[in-house]
Amino acid sequence: MLTEFLQQLVNGLSLGAIYALIALGYTMVYGVLRFINFAHSDVFMVGAFAGLYLAPLAPAGSILGGLVVVGGAMLASALLGVAIERLAYRPLRQAPTLNVLITAIGVSCLLQSAGQLVFGAAPRSFPVIFPARALSVGGLDFSSNQVVVLVFAAILVIGLRLIVFHTRMGAALRAVSQNPRAARLMGIDNDVVIRFTFALGSALAGAGGVLYAVNYPTIDPLMGVLPGLKAFVAAILGGIGSIPGAALGGLLLGLVETFVGGSQYSTYKDAIAFALLILFLLFRPAGLLGKARIEKV
Amino acid sequence: MKFVSLLRFATLLAVSPALHAAEPIKIGEIASLTGKEAAFGQSSHKGTVLAVEQLNAVGGVLGRPFELLSEDNQSKSGESATVARKLLSREKVVALLGEVASSRSLEMAPIAQRAKIPMISPSSTNPKVTEVGDYIFRVCFIDPFQGTVMAKFAKETLKARRVAVLTSVSSAYSVGLAKYFKERFLADGGEIALEQKFAEGDKDFKAQLTAVRAAGVDAIFVPGYYTEAALISRQARELGLALPLFGGDGWEAPQLIEIGGKAVEGTYYSTHYSPEDTAPAVQAFVAAFRARWNGETPDAMAALGYDSACVLADAIKRAGGTEGPALRDALAATKGFAGVTGTTNMDPARNASKSAVIVTIKDGQFKFVQSVAP
Amino acid sequence: MPKAHLGFLLALVLGGVLSGLSDRIDPYHLDVLIGVGINIVLAVSLNLIAGHTGQFSLGHAGFMAIGAYATAAVTIFLGPHLIGDTAAPGGLAENTLFGSALLIGGLAAALAGLLVGIPSLRLRGDYLALVTLGFGEIIRVLLQNFEPLGGALGLNGIPAYTTVFWVVAAGAATVFTVGCLVRSNYGLGFLAVRDDEIAASAAGLDPARYKVVAFTVGAFFAGIAGGLFGHFKMTITPSGFDFSRSIEIVVMVILGGLGNTVGVILAAVLLTLLPEFLRPVAEYRLVLYSLLLIGLMLARPQGLFTFRTHRAVPRA
Repeated sequence: MLTEFLQQLVNGLSLGAIYALIALGYTMVYGVLRFINFAHSDVFMVGAFAGLYLAPLAPAGSILGGLVVVGGAMLASALLGVAIERLAYRPLRQAPTLNVLITAIGVSCLLQSAGQLVFGAAPRSFPVIFPARALSVGGLDFSSNQVVVLVFAAILVIGLRLIVFHTRMGAALRAVSQNPRAARLMGIDNDVVIRFTFALGSALAGAGGVLYAVNYPTIDPLMGVLPGLKAFVAAILGGIGSIPGAALGGLLLGLVETFVGGSQYSTYKDAIAFALLILFLLFRPAGLLGKARIEKV
Repeated sequence: MKFVSLLRFATLLAVSPALHAAEPIKIGEIASLTGKEAAFGQSSHKGTVLAVEQLNAVGGVLGRPFELLSEDNQSKSGESATVARKLLSREKVVALLGEVASSRSLEMAPIAQRAKIPMISPSSTNPKVTEVGDYIFRVCFIDPFQGTVMAKFAKETLKARRVAVLTSVSSAYSVGLAKYFKERFLADGGEIALEQKFAEGDKDFKAQLTAVRAAGVDAIFVPGYYTEAALISRQARELGLALPLFGGDGWEAPQLIEIGGKAVEGTYYSTHYSPEDTAPAVQAFVAAFRARWNGETPDAMAALGYDSACVLADAIKRAGGTEGPALRDALAATKGFAGVTGTTNMDPARNASKSAVIVTIKDGQFKFVQSVAP
Repeated sequence: MPKAHLGFLLALVLGGVLSGLSDRIDPYHLDVLIGVGINIVLAVSLNLIAGHTGQFSLGHAGFMAIGAYATAAVTIFLGPHLIGDTAAPGGLAENTLFGSALLIGGLAAALAGLLVGIPSLRLRGDYLALVTLGFGEIIRVLLQNFEPLGGALGLNGIPAYTTVFWVVAAGAATVFTVGCLVRSNYGLGFLAVRDDEIAASAAGLDPARYKVVAFTVGAFFAGIAGGLFGHFKMTITPSGFDFSRSIEIVVMVILGGLGNTVGVILAAVLLTLLPEFLRPVAEYRLVLYSLLLIGLMLARPQGLFTFRTHRAVPRA
């Protein structure tokens, strides 16, 4: 009984770590631009496919190979994110948020349908990139890939925190999230900051995509839809705009989903995320770690 | 005067068979050529195309060539109904071939029935498909039989007394097969220790498998499609579950091994035919298929796609035409038709009574284990 | 008689005539016509919520689903008891059953609209969009798990009661209702809520009431569209009413112009016919749709058929 609980805990944390990685991207973009980047979930998908195409070029089944693939996917995703920002969102910087929201939905649909054309709609199998070993510790079984996900997620979150709090660009990012006009008055180039935010957030999504594919080795162009939505819910749960919040939200959602999945209500698990979303938005829109904002008229 | 009219008459005589011979017989085919179950659609499509080409090479049927109109439903629900309507009303096809998946066949069937156009499913095994109406046929066995086959196999060969069942709630096939397996397995004295559910598109089954592990079973039955079966096998192995996994004909696709890798070694599933069958008809089919499709070995869906087209052609010949009711009657009267998946005898419920073949995965290849007659 | 009422009656007559002639019309064209009608109902009903009242809703397919299932439940489970097996096809008994079933479907969907409208009272913009999306998904998952209505496998063999008459009648009713509602004195409140909620409440209107009414009425008609859809395709599954279906309806409304009834109707017609013409290049259809949406937002956010400023949502 305890073993089962602990095992589900392990399962839930590794799923949650992936949600956390995607959620970080959402939260960062929202913090800086105040809008939900619907296309983020598809950057996740592109990251996974980038990993698929890079994998044959790297030594298989080795840590170095794995790092190369993840790194390459992160780079590809960052470039994609910056391109989307430049082409679809920047022209609408002054437009009402609804316009940008609709555009984001359009970009998301575009990536999905273009993905189906380019990659084919049938699920593709993802190769082994990290050395995969089944591990057993004290009655708990897990795969080395799950450990890889947790380790990577931890490193990336810490790295992100370092960037945001200990670099000049990070300070600029925080400034723009607090008050874009004042930031500009201080001499910060908002465009550069925004581009940087997108690059960083997308890179994290790309890493998430590869790590997800490593653990669930079938990928298809629509793979980002549901994880993306859930990651966004996670970002809201943790407090949109808060980096530790996104990480916390991701882990929590992964755990809840796993425990529900192991119970007799497993087929409701997709609805759980949305039910939580609605509850939080109604009763605690600031999330767990966020601050309540007062809308000035 | 007489000479001219004689000439005209002779010309007419000479031309009319040619005119009739030129008018093709239009057959509609609906398959999942793209999407999640693309392997099924592509496979059955290739089998059907081969059959049509072979038939046309000998002049077609009743002097008329076949024209195969294929439509893709993208493995999406709702699409089969739409393209069925289009094929029937726009293209005026005389028969519909499809679909592989029971859920999608169930969508198409009411439309074909209403239009009084015969429909032949190559490999949908859920009994409800032919229950839609008397214009709906299939050339494969049905799940009550398949469930029984696997229940007996589990008990007698795998020696399993406690079994867990993992069902996909998103497919009629999975739900049906699970039910029939359970009925038989329980009747034979076995125990279903745990039932878990998942939905189409799910990637993470660790939660369900952890519960299975805690329940302590001898084997796991997964009546689903190949993508999920492969992922479930992998994750089961990752969780330290070394016991046998087995399933039904939904497992049959090269992707099972591609995605499952070492995890699917030693798993079993039931299907409709094996390319290792030494019968001359089967070997001729395998050779022709390989020649036509770049050395690819045909799987059960291809073989059934092939047989569905052949059974249709045979019925058209016997009916002497393509009129709906006459064709329907000829199909219902199909007896002793020798195909590559065995002999097709249409029973009163318009299902074919055929043997099942149990297959295992060994060294990355599909290997024949045993054949089970009805 | 006011013009609107006259128009409505004429539409009903037209529907009846077309239905009577339906044997002479190519069944394929008939199918397309019915599809156009259903999409008009969907688009105009969403327009009330999103265009006229400014509540951006991404879960409209959920209301459609409830209507489809409720209507089908009545005709499949209650139908045989009410009209028996010997009713003449297309006869009075059948049509009365269908009409009542549609009403019930609409009411069920309206109830759902009420349930969705209330929580969304406190939310704006992005958050509202997400909550409506969430509701749409929850409805889908609930239906997927509800065995009596087929669960994930859906319902098959729904009787094909949808005729051109019903579709035209529903379309006319939707346009009539929404049009009259929005043009009335009461209806100005919708536009006020859209333009500036705080100012509206300062002026003495109750935005909450208008939002709830919008959601309820919009959902009612979406439910009717769902019922028509179900009895047209003869098969419904929960996955057919997912997020991408909601997006399709949203695209129609955006293309036509939020708040522009005529524009939305034209857009619905266009977007129903377009896939038929694009069938040869069906794989590219979604790519083209997405590019269309992005292009619209970048170049002409007010929609193709609206002639006003560069805002998706009109400002007074």
